[in-house]
Amino acid sequence: MTRLALQRLTKTYPGAGQAAVHGLDLEVESGSLTALLGPSGCGKTTTMKLIAGLIAPDAGEITLDGHPITGLPPERRGVAMVFQNPLLFPHLSIAGNVGFGLRMRGLPTAQIDSQVQAMLSRVRLDGLADRRPAQLSGGQQQRAALARALVLHPAVLLLDEPLSNLDPGLRDEMRQLIRALQQETGITTLVVTHDQAEAVALADRIALMFAGRLAQHAAPQDFYRRPATKAVSRFFGGVNFLPGRSAAGLHHSAIGPLTLPPDAPEGEQILTIRPEALRLGPGPNSRPARVTALAFLGTQTRISLSVAGVALEALTSPDQAQGLDEGAEVTVSVPPEAIWLLPPDA
Amino acid sequence: MRARRLQSLAALALAGWLVLPLLPLAIWSVAHGWRFPDLLPQAWTTKAWSYALSDTAGVLNSFGLTTLIATATTLLAALVGVPAGRAIGLHSFPGKRLVLILLLAPAILPGLATVFGLHGLFLRLGLTGTLAGVILAHLVPVLPYMTLVMAAVFSRFDPAIEHQARSLGATPVQTFRFVTLPAILPGLLTASLFAFLVSWSQYLLTLAIGGGRVQTLPLLLYSFVAAGRNDVTAAIALLYLLPGLVILAITARQITGRSAALTEGLRP
Repeated sequence: MTRLALQRLTKTYPGAGQAAVHGLDLEVESGSLTALLGPSGCGKTTTMKLIAGLIAPDAGEITLDGHPITGLPPERRGVAMVFQNPLLFPHLSIAGNVGFGLRMRGLPTAQIDSQVQAMLSRVRLDGLADRRPAQLSGGQQQRAALARALVLHPAVLLLDEPLSNLDPGLRDEMRQLIRALQQETGITTLVVTHDQAEAVALADRIALMFAGRLAQHAAPQDFYRRPATKAVSRFFGGVNFLPGRSAAGLHHSAIGPLTLPPDAPEGEQILTIRPEALRLGPGPNSRPARVTALAFLGTQTRISLSVAGVALEALTSPDQAQGLDEGAEVTVSVPPEAIWLLPPDA
Repeated sequence: MRARRLQSLAALALAGWLVLPLLPLAIWSVAHGWRFPDLLPQAWTTKAWSYALSDTAGVLNSFGLTTLIATATTLLAALVGVPAGRAIGLHSFPGKRLVLILLLAPAILPGLATVFGLHGLFLRLGLTGTLAGVILAHLVPVLPYMTLVMAAVFSRFDPAIEHQARSLGATPVQTFRFVTLPAILPGLLTASLFAFLVSWSQYLLTLAIGGGRVQTLPLLLYSFVAAGRNDVTAAIALLYLLPGLVILAITARQITGRSAALTEGLRP
């Protein structure tokens, strides 16, 4: 169990105008499975390579349980990284691949063999020990790559987009395997991903990065209920934003005053509500609205609404949307307990 | 059926083209008096061979020396050519095209044009007439082969796999030994064998830089040709062919891209 901390980590690639990672502060709790999430180019893979020691930061410190590892070469950090491509060594068998790190440590062969066998059966590659990497399917290769890192019992395990090369059917299986192995071993794990749904399904904690900076670090639910900024909310599917001012328990925006939950802060703020929390029908904070578009999404229906000229979106069950047509006049209500206030745009 | 027969006929013709010129050599080396217009020598003898293999002829010494020079040249070329080929194959840098042209230059320019300049330079450095000087001179035509082959090898190499090895606890030396080397070994082996042959067959450079004091096999061969000893020349020529044939047998499979007849029996 190891706590990983990044302090003011900064990295600018030569020739790039902007820092890939900019003064990043991040604490990854001991034994947690944390997702490092962000759009492509936000610096998450750079951050991972900095932790792995594959590139050197321009400034800042990386510590494990308080001990700085910033100056150590990758092989002496106790940090194992699994790349997006399995990158199995083509000239070695699967057993040879999984035992590679142990062999580099100079462990006796018998000990390596028994650990490799145990690890292979844990990732369900029992019968494939003597195969070459090219003889395995993509999913099997990914599992072998995971086993190769886990068998070392690293202080920190880094996984770079572990699911992105897999077919949708295999993703769920791999996600469950990663989750189960992490729970079993308690290895502090950081998973890089660009897919917020994947991050939510996999991780205990999510660190969201935008443009080389940490945007929010919290439990997955918080990114829906309590996003830190409008950009964070948007990344997690937030679409309803009402800029305005709150005072005396009311928020004043283009659609008029809305009652806020108790103890809401005052001042210039953007009111937001999740599309799935917006209710069709009478209730507190109700407004007349017109349906401008309907989209059937399978398990849900997305209803685009115009409320006093402001576009809002609601997600409901298809049953509730039954009988609605474009142009229909409806009543929409904004439940105060589902309201969240965001800082105004900078 | 007909196409097949034509194919084997062509193969036979090609083999004949390559092998027939060697036949007179083989006969000369065991002939005792062979005059025009006789089809075969009057008598057979192993005199030429026993002379060629005796200490007085110096053939065995030259064979050893040539092997030593070719091996040392190949090792030095690999030492420079592997990192240089890596840089060219994996990275783009300003002036890369110029480097490539300069690298190819010794392979394109006639040796006669460069050998005088090289001789002048080596003379000033005190390297003429020395083994080290000859080895250094051999690097001029050998290094381009090694570097360009290794550049091609590295252009198909993904260095991320080295990062992966480091992240699994391998030191830089272990990473090279257990990950990079196995990946580049087939290419390195082929390049080394050809580097060996290029050095092995140098005449002009050895003569100019060695100044007759470094007596490699091709130099010795020429001196016997000049002396008009057809039988001994033939025996030495056959010995001189030996490494080429061995290397051809080893690499035939890689050159043709499938198992070739010569190596079929060698593999388990």
